[in-house]
Parts: sequence; structure tokens; C-alpha cells
Amino acid sequence: MYDVVVIGAGVAGSCIARELSRYKLSVCLLDKEWDVASGTSKGNSAIVHAGYDAKPDTLQAYLNVKGNELMEQWCAELDVPFKRVGSLVLAFNDDDMYELHKLMEQGQANGVQGLRIIYKDELHAMEPYISDDAVAALYAPTAGIVCPYELTIAAAENAVVNGVDIELGQAVQSIMRESDGFEIVTTEHTIRARYVIDAAGVYADDVASMIGDNSFKITPRKGEYCILDKAKGYLAKHVIFQPPTAMGKGVLVTPTVDGNILVGPNAHDVNDKEDTATTAAGLQEIMDTARKSVPGVSERDVITSFAGLRAVSGSDFVIKASDVDNRFIIVGGICSPGLTSAPAITVMVVGLLYQAGLILDVKADFNPIRKGIPRFREMNEDERRQLIAMNPAFGRVICRCETVTEGEIIEAVNRPIPAVTLDAIKRRARAGMGRCQSGFCTPRVMEIISRERGIPVDGITKKGGRSLVLTGVLQKGDAYDDRT
Amino acid sequence: MIEHDVVVIGGGPAGLAAAVAARQAGAEDVCIIERDKRLGGILQQCIHNGFGLHIFEEELTGPEYAQRFIDMAQQWCVHSMLDTMVLDITPDRMITVVNNRDGLQAIKAGAVVLAMGCRERSRGALNIPGTRPAGIFTAGTAQRFVNMEGFMPGEQVVVLGSGDIGLIMARRLTLEGADVKMVCEIMPYSSGLKRNIVQCLDDFGIPLRMNHTVTKIHGKERVEGVTVAAVDQNRKPIAGSEEYVPCDTLLLSVGLIPENELSRSAGIQLNPITGGPVVDESMQTSIPGIFACGNVVHVNDLVDNVSTESAIAGKAAAMYASGMLDESKASIKVKAGPGVRYIVPNAINLTRVDDAVTLYFRVDNVYEGAALRVLTDKGILFNIKKKIIVPGEMQHIKLKKSFLTKQGDIRDIIVEVAGEGK
Repeated sequence: MYDVVVIGAGVAGSCIARELSRYKLSVCLLDKEWDVASGTSKGNSAIVHAGYDAKPDTLQAYLNVKGNELMEQWCAELDVPFKRVGSLVLAFNDDDMYELHKLMEQGQANGVQGLRIIYKDELHAMEPYISDDAVAALYAPTAGIVCPYELTIAAAENAVVNGVDIELGQAVQSIMRESDGFEIVTTEHTIRARYVIDAAGVYADDVASMIGDNSFKITPRKGEYCILDKAKGYLAKHVIFQPPTAMGKGVLVTPTVDGNILVGPNAHDVNDKEDTATTAAGLQEIMDTARKSVPGVSERDVITSFAGLRAVSGSDFVIKASDVDNRFIIVGGICSPGLTSAPAITVMVVGLLYQAGLILDVKADFNPIRKGIPRFREMNEDERRQLIAMNPAFGRVICRCETVTEGEIIEAVNRPIPAVTLDAIKRRARAGMGRCQSGFCTPRVMEIISRERGIPVDGITKKGGRSLVLTGVLQKGDAYDDRT
Repeated sequence: MIEHDVVVIGGGPAGLAAAVAARQAGAEDVCIIERDKRLGGILQQCIHNGFGLHIFEEELTGPEYAQRFIDMAQQWCVHSMLDTMVLDITPDRMITVVNNRDGLQAIKAGAVVLAMGCRERSRGALNIPGTRPAGIFTAGTAQRFVNMEGFMPGEQVVVLGSGDIGLIMARRLTLEGADVKMVCEIMPYSSGLKRNIVQCLDDFGIPLRMNHTVTKIHGKERVEGVTVAAVDQNRKPIAGSEEYVPCDTLLLSVGLIPENELSRSAGIQLNPITGGPVVDESMQTSIPGIFACGNVVHVNDLVDNVSTESAIAGKAAAMYASGMLDESKASIKVKAGPGVRYIVPNAINLTRVDDAVTLYFRVDNVYEGAALRVLTDKGILFNIKKKIIVPGEMQHIKLKKSFLTKQGDIRDIIVEVAGEGK
């Protein structure tokens, strides 16, 4: 019997698991997908919001500002790239100016530091490629960018190193309440736990209803994005927003921690919790809207596009002990600013567990430090020499576009949560994330996975399950002559 | 620090031909840097025949064609560094490379030849909407899996784009037992060679749907199907023409992009149309001493042309390295006129031309009964009547040095299409 089972290995669940690993507890982190960060946590804006968007006195407002403060330490401990680049909400007319002032007041009420409104000259000096029509902006120096899946992977890895069990590729099918805890039946087996954290993203309502808690409902709200080639990385230095609308913060143009430009999202409610398909109209919509902020955004520079689902439940996060059973903690409706809030959410969840009677004994040997995979591409010559001297595999470049070496891929394959799919490698080592989108490196990466883990090449998947990359080996036969 | 007279970046057909030519022109120490484990480049996976008709006057397979040049390189004692990646080139020809044997190394080159080739346009660059399952390959990656690694990328295949590799792979996968359902081409004409359409599609009964594209990809884990639709004159899908085609694989053959990240970081001027370096008649880029040839400059359809063009680059690089290349500025600009999408080279210095200079170019549309017209800033030089000109087949016009000298002091040479597009 586990002390705590965390359902959902997204950013919230993984961070909670890591936080729980500070204590003398047995913890299991569960996910239906074959890797952590496979849902909303891999498809979002990758922004650490300052905290001026949320209405005062909401969980979102409190946890956003708190999470923003904590993010620096979390990312430092977990070796996750985080850059406090600052954000700008552009104003194009008087109505927008009114909106900017409202946002600033709201931000100040939420405790956001350093907010100020800047005007045309300063704005255009800060962002030379924004539209001439932008007359002013709300500048929030505390906003930043982070890699959301890397934060999730890092937190989950650190949790595992500190004793948390992880079970991937199994969906929860039912949860039985018992006197001493819960019996969780997954597609693979049955897990028992004294406490349950429901961090199941867009499925959080379905998981809660398994114990009869129907107090909230999640509506998936799809957001589509395009990623631009690094060659266009100069287009934006800050997170550039337009004034928010009823559906969200609108389409942004932002640098990513890896040097690309990210454009999106739109916002459309959908019924299907698996519907992460992009649409022609949607992609057109975000590119057109983005050009209002940064006219240089062009379809020509898109290297890939994707869609993510926000887990929306009303107008605030739903973080509480269930009314049905206070040993069942709901972490639902974690839409934006969920990524920013994740470090703060963990603290709140630990508090709720404590209130429900969980004894929290600090572990003396908890190690908060996780060292990431070396990033050859970001190193200077001396660092590169040292790395190759340590292991020559770091001298062999596998992914040309992103300059990812064999050493990095071997490490990814052998991490605390082994990466054995193409997508898992991509999210850990960046092989295949570049402009050719894995055309060159796929066969080589598969060869390395196969060699390191003893998996046949034609048994390797893109993302687990039945997502086989190849359909088999070539039939053996007589050599034929295809000359005409 | 290592020094070489000429360093060739890329050991495919362009790099091999350039390296051999550099040696033949007198460079003593020529080195090819190749990122793959063997020389030959993409030719090694092109096991079909049809290579070498012009240069060797016989039909070779890709590996056979490559081997001829690898043998020549060996005879001429060309050095090579395999499984080695170039990380950086500076304008003064310092090259940083890395491999797992010697780690990081700095190389000083008397002259550099860029021969990095091209890469395939990916799904992302096309921005095809839909899900992101396994089973979407560029045609070249699929070709590598089948011909080099011995694996089948799929069983039921739709090919988007009628580029040559897509056509070749439609046949190849059919021969290996796959069901190739169709090839969709968004344009009203194919970007592939006529002979490939006949030999790879027609001979196997694979339909080629012109003015059609893939508008959506279906399937969560593996591709389950694609939506195919007809497009209008503006290449926009026509509502109501959508058709769902079940398949487990989508192959993309939708264009090649010269791979110029190194050129860009060295500060070499690129042509916005081709994406490749702007070059003169000696294949010299905007940075003296750095030359470029083959698909890194512009995407060729025949490897024979690549070899010919690369020999020019190799020879000029050898001359530059020994201080024998005339360094006066190119005086004649070569321009693409109406109907011509791009032209290579972009400038001519007649003092550096031995006998003749060949202009390579592609037209922007299908033209029937039109003429290719060559003119200068002084007037029309000549017209060449053509039955049909298509964008898929590269055109070339050879201009004799003696003929150009006779024209006197010309500033521009322009090639254009005289006639109406289809």
C-alpha cells in the first residue's frame, strides 16, 4: 500500500510527486501515456506568467504570483532552462490602453512587482520587430519562459531518484474507497493507496467521479501553436501578448528557451479530450493574429505546429480535498497559469494532505538536485572539449539541426525515467526538434535506442502504445532487377 | 591546428567532384569532411538506376555513380574525415569540426568548397493540419529505411508531392509489397522528371492526382488515413472535394531546401529564391575563397549536372588556394527575367572563363511553344525555341567566351521566357 498515489504525470502531478519525495512517504506517480508530460504539459505557451491576468483573490492569482517566485529555485535545482525575459501586453488604441491600466491595477492587487506601462519609443527600442501600430505596452519584468516538458521530466526524474515509483502507460479504470484508503484499478493492475492526488489534467473530472465526486467539470479548450525556425529568433525578445479576451490571454509571440519563436494559441472549446489535431483554419487564425503584433511572423518559417488542450473548469483552479473523501485531493482545472503555478500548487497540496491526516516526516537524504543532460549545443569550446574527453560519444553529432550528440541521446535513454521512444528522446535531448524535424536523425536515434535497450529497431515507437515507427523488416527474397 | 589547401565540406556527389577537380587543378592537399560514416552522400541510398547518362554515358545506380568518384578521389589521394561534423566556418576559412575520435579540431583552409547538399521539406514546414501520429516520413527518410536499413516504413501509402524521390519511392515500396494508393501533387504539373512519372507510376498503375493535396492527417498513434482534396488555381482546397483515404503511411516529397546553416553563420550572401549562396561563374560565394556547388546552391535534378558544376568549384578553389585565381570583380550580372524563377551563376568575370560558361535555371510555369531568350543590357542576343519547358526540368544554356567577348562591354545578361504560361 502506497501512502500517496498521484494520478497524472503532467507538470502538476510530477511536481507534487517531487515535493512529496521530500518526506518519508511511499509515493507512486501514474500516467496513462508512455511518458510524463504527454498531455497539456507538452502543448502550451511555455510561459511563466507574472500574475496580472488572474482576478484578485482567486487561487490563480495567489498561486501564479507564488509560483513565479518559486520557479527560479525549482529550475535551478532541477537544471531546467528558465529565462526571466519579461512580458509585454501591447496596446493598439485607447480601448487597449484602458485594458492595460486595468491589468496593471489587477497585477498590483495580486502582488506583482515591477509592472509599468511603457510608451512607443521605449517599447520599440525593446522590441524592434513589433508592429508600428503598437502605441504602448504593459511591461512585466517578472514574467519568463521555461520549457514545460523539461520541467515536468526533471521534476519526475528527481522524484524517482528520491524514491517515488513511476508507472506509465496505464489508465485508471476505477477507484474504490476503502476504510484505510483507496483501491485503484488500472489497465495493468491494482494499486492501493492511503491518499490519492487527482492531477489527471483534462480527465480530472472523470477520475474524481470514480469516487462519486461530481463537483466540477473539465472542458478541454484547444489551443494551436506554430514554432518558427531559430533563424527568426530575433523577432521577439519578450513574451508579447495582445490585450486578453474572454477566452484567454490571446495569441502571443514569444521566444522559447531553445531560441525558436512560438506563436499561438487560439482558444476553442472541444468535446473530445484527445482532440489535439491542428486545423487549417486554426493555424491560419493564429498566424494572422500574431502578425498584428509582429508583422514578420511568416508561414515560410514554420518548422512545426501542434495543439494542446487546456483543462478549463470555470474561472479558477479547483484545488481541494474532495467533499466525498478528504483523503482524495483534487488538482483540477489547471489551465493557464498552471505551469507557472505548479511549484506553488505542490505546497498547497502538501498542506491539504496534512490536514487530511497524512504525517509528514522530512527525509534526511532528500536530494533536491537533478543534473540535466549536458547540452553540447549551448557549450563553449572548452566545455565541449572537456565533455568529449570524458566520453567520446559527445563528439559524434546525431541531430544536425540542433547539434545533438550521441552522448546526449545515450544519456536520455538511460535516465531515471528511460527514454525509449522517439518523442521521449526528442523532449529530453532535442534530437528531431530542429528544422528538418527528425528527417535525418530518426534512423540513427532508433539505432541507438535499439542498441542501448536491446529493443529491435522495428519495435521502437514514436510515443509508446501502437505508435510503431516501422511496419517490419524487408522481406527476404531473390534479388530482383528493376531495370526497364 | 590542421591545414589543408582545399577543404570540401560534404562528401556527396558535389563534394567528391569538387575534391577530385581541385587535385587535378594542382591543389596538393585536399580534404573532404563528411558527417556520415561513408562517402557518397544521398547517392548511397539511391539504388535505382538512371545516374551518369551524361557524364559516363551509361546508366548507373546511385552507389555505382558514387563509387566512380570515390575511386577517383582515392586515386588522386584526396583525404577525408568521416563521421565528422562541421560546427563552424569563419570568413577567413577557419573551420571547427568535431568527431568521436579526435574531439574538437580547428582546420585552416586555403580555400573552402561548400557541398552540404540539401534537406527535405518536412510536414512541419508544410503545416499540414491534423494529428501527429507515427507513419509520416519524408520520402528520403523512407528511402533510407528501405534501402540502407532494411525496414518497411509502411504498408498502405499515400505520397504527397511528385518530386523525384517521392516517385522513386512509390515504385520502391510497391516492389516491396506495399499498396501505394496515390501520389498527390498540389500543382498542375509535376516537379519530378517525366521519365520517373512513366517508369515509377504509370508502369505500376499508381494514380497521380494533379491539383490535389492532403488537407488533414488522421490517427492518434499511427496514421490511419488522410483527407485528400482538390485545390483551386490559388492552391486552396476546394470545399466538397474532400476524400478520406485510409492508409498507415504518408510520404512527403514536397521539395528540397539547400542546407545553408553554415553558410549563413559564415555571413555568406544567400539567394532568397533558391536558399543557396549567390555564386559567380567560378562558383565563388560572396566571401572570397569560399566556393559552393551542387544542391547546397540550387536543387538539381541530375547528378551529372552536379558533378560538372562542382568540378568548376573545385578547380577555382585550387587556384584560389595557390593564389592563382584572378581576384578582379565579376563585371557581368546574370539575372532571371520574366518566366525564370532563378538562375545560377549570378555573375560572370570573363577573365576567369576558359572557354564557355553555362547558365543553369528553372522556369516558373509550364510553357508550350515558347522560347528562351537571352539578352543583355544592350539588346537581345538570341532566342531558343522550345516545344515545352517545365519547372521540373532544369534548363541550361552554354555561352561561349568568344561570343560574349564580341558583345563588348556588357553589364547584364538576362534570361527570360518569351511566351505565355499555361
